[in-house]
Amino acid sequence: MTTPTTFDTAITVRAEPVEAGAGTSTSSVRTGRVALPTKGPLLSGKGWSAFFVALIVVCAVAPVLNMWVPADSPLHMSDYAVALVGKIMCYAICALAMDLIWGYTGILSLGHGLFFALGGYMMGMYLMRQIGRDGNYKSDLPDFMVFLDWKTLPWHWTFSDSFIATLILIVAVPGLIAFVFGFFAFRSRIKGVYFSIITQAMTFAAMLLFFRNETGFGGNNGFTDFKRILGIPIATQEMRMTIFALTGVTLLAFFLFAKWLIASKFGRVLQAIRDAESRVMFSGYNPLPYKLSIWVISAVMCGVAGALYVPQVGIINPSEMSAANSIEIAIWAAVGGRASLIGPIIGAFIVNGAKSWLTVAYPEYWLYFLGALFIAVTLFLPNGIVGLVRQWLSREKAAPVAASPARAEAQRSLATEQGMEPEAIAAPLHAEPKGARA
Amino acid sequence: MTPDLMEAGAERAARAKGQPHDTGATESGGRTAGFSRIATPGEVDVTHGRILYLEDVSVSFDGFKAINKLSLDIAPGELRCIIGPNGAGKTTMMDIITGKTRPDEGTVFFGSTIDLLRHKEAEIAQLGIGRKFQKPTVFEHLTVFENLELALKTDKGVRASMLFRLDSAQSDRLAEVLETIHLAASVSRMAGNLSHGQKQWLEIGMLLMQDPKLLLLDEPVAGMTDEETARTAELFLTLKGKHSLMVVEHDMSFIRTISEIVTVLCDGSVLAQGSLDEVQADERVIEVYLGR
Repeated sequence: MTTPTTFDTAITVRAEPVEAGAGTSTSSVRTGRVALPTKGPLLSGKGWSAFFVALIVVCAVAPVLNMWVPADSPLHMSDYAVALVGKIMCYAICALAMDLIWGYTGILSLGHGLFFALGGYMMGMYLMRQIGRDGNYKSDLPDFMVFLDWKTLPWHWTFSDSFIATLILIVAVPGLIAFVFGFFAFRSRIKGVYFSIITQAMTFAAMLLFFRNETGFGGNNGFTDFKRILGIPIATQEMRMTIFALTGVTLLAFFLFAKWLIASKFGRVLQAIRDAESRVMFSGYNPLPYKLSIWVISAVMCGVAGALYVPQVGIINPSEMSAANSIEIAIWAAVGGRASLIGPIIGAFIVNGAKSWLTVAYPEYWLYFLGALFIAVTLFLPNGIVGLVRQWLSREKAAPVAASPARAEAQRSLATEQGMEPEAIAAPLHAEPKGARA
Repeated sequence: MTPDLMEAGAERAARAKGQPHDTGATESGGRTAGFSRIATPGEVDVTHGRILYLEDVSVSFDGFKAINKLSLDIAPGELRCIIGPNGAGKTTMMDIITGKTRPDEGTVFFGSTIDLLRHKEAEIAQLGIGRKFQKPTVFEHLTVFENLELALKTDKGVRASMLFRLDSAQSDRLAEVLETIHLAASVSRMAGNLSHGQKQWLEIGMLLMQDPKLLLLDEPVAGMTDEETARTAELFLTLKGKHSLMVVEHDMSFIRTISEIVTVLCDGSVLAQGSLDEVQADERVIEVYLGR
């Protein structure tokens, strides 16, 4: 587009162009260019260190502790712990996905369990085919099909034999369903609680569909009794550890990806949509492709998590699509802290850690605990555990540090003007609430 | 070619020479309105000297006629003030221009060629119409810098946003706008922590980053201190000429400072139009402001 300079010739521009605020303001005294903030690195130095420590723990330390440290050593990581942590890492991926769509974009989905289950079912189909003729009925078809007296594989099992096709389907099926659903929902400008309700309805409807035997996904029993993956027995310690490490690496990779997304202008547009969608539109952005992109990304992340989950727990059935599962994902994100990427991961670990301990120790109290936790977080920790920690940290850092370099400079210049010590003028600023950025 | 045709041609040429030349000085800046102009899609055509036309626009909500056969036009570079009692349809008119509300009937054109009723909000913003809301609307959880960066005129697609990096010309523009809106010292502050007046300025700054041809400003000085109001008036006067502005305001002294032509809206249509003194002397205007 051309600049509107063509107007100048025709319209009588005021003879004395008023210089904006010249001489009247104190801030325009500053000469030279305004110091614009530069884009920071993806992770800080400490952040990268923590990232690589986590990577080493998942890929090297955990396998060593599980497989080579003797079982009677206190350092030994039991198979139970491996299974538990592996499962929780899958949940953490879901919580991270939920955070992108809820924490950053402000769209609460109560249907992410569906995408998780779809990814799981895609993986499950492959694992069922891998059983081969070793099933109870010694047939080429999966057991439940023999039981239903089916003679051939249904059409949607066509590619279930190929691992590569399965990997593609794990991404494509949740992605496509999310795309179609999201396109119509966002195009109709369905927002807020209405969107949450229809996502809940969506996963519930899918659950009912998958409960039916005719759908061809094993009905309410789902898939289980997996034997092999890529021809390798699945129940061995090595295989478990491999999937465990793969899950950890996926979680870390998704974390980096999410970090990159949020740091880009794309991420800021998402937050802008959350804060003031109409302003985003009147700034020239069409929110639909933005919402749809993050919605599909989020769904695909859940799908991948589901695909990693199924070989670790050894079963997938329609109960994964139940309403409660989707709501739990939202709880993990809320407990850990929305709109911070590490928060949901911490939240998933804390809530699920507590769940696995409490359901063993005091099974009857788990649901009360979950309810109380959710109420407590809503009432006292609007920014979750991460928000609380940040608040503490900023309180500890109550040393004379100004909120921004620009402000620090302004204070200094003001202080020198008035012949005061800079600290003296900085002092009242600490009364301000800190950590306003959630 | 036959001799008589050549003769006729020579005669026409001689006649044309004798006539005064078209100076090309039209209201729209050098370009003449004629049949042989090339209309570029998406480009605002102001050769007819009007950047915004509203004609016979009507809209009703549940039987209440918010806008009733409203006709209004604005010249390129003009600063038009709109006043009117509450419920006169000022904000609804802006909603119609920016695509938020669809009128029941009437036409709304941006330049001579762009039918705004065929476009969505985001497209209208990209065409070059910026809007400031009545209530300052900024992205509270982003910094001042990030707010302005988002508004920057650039490719606003998803992929472009993912790979976006501020280039030096854009940084200069951003720095310039920061100076203009007097928020250079607050560049890293959260927009949510700004004062009301500063938020208003930030929103105006975001409009400037969009570099719109037409700015719609809904009560831009509401909640500002007198000094801030004076600065805003100065700013608007510098924008005038380069941009077209439509300002809805209740602050009469502010309008007196900036206005040339004032349009009075009442019950969804234009009641009077002219200089502020003229409309203030108008019987009908006095009646709608005082009579009820």
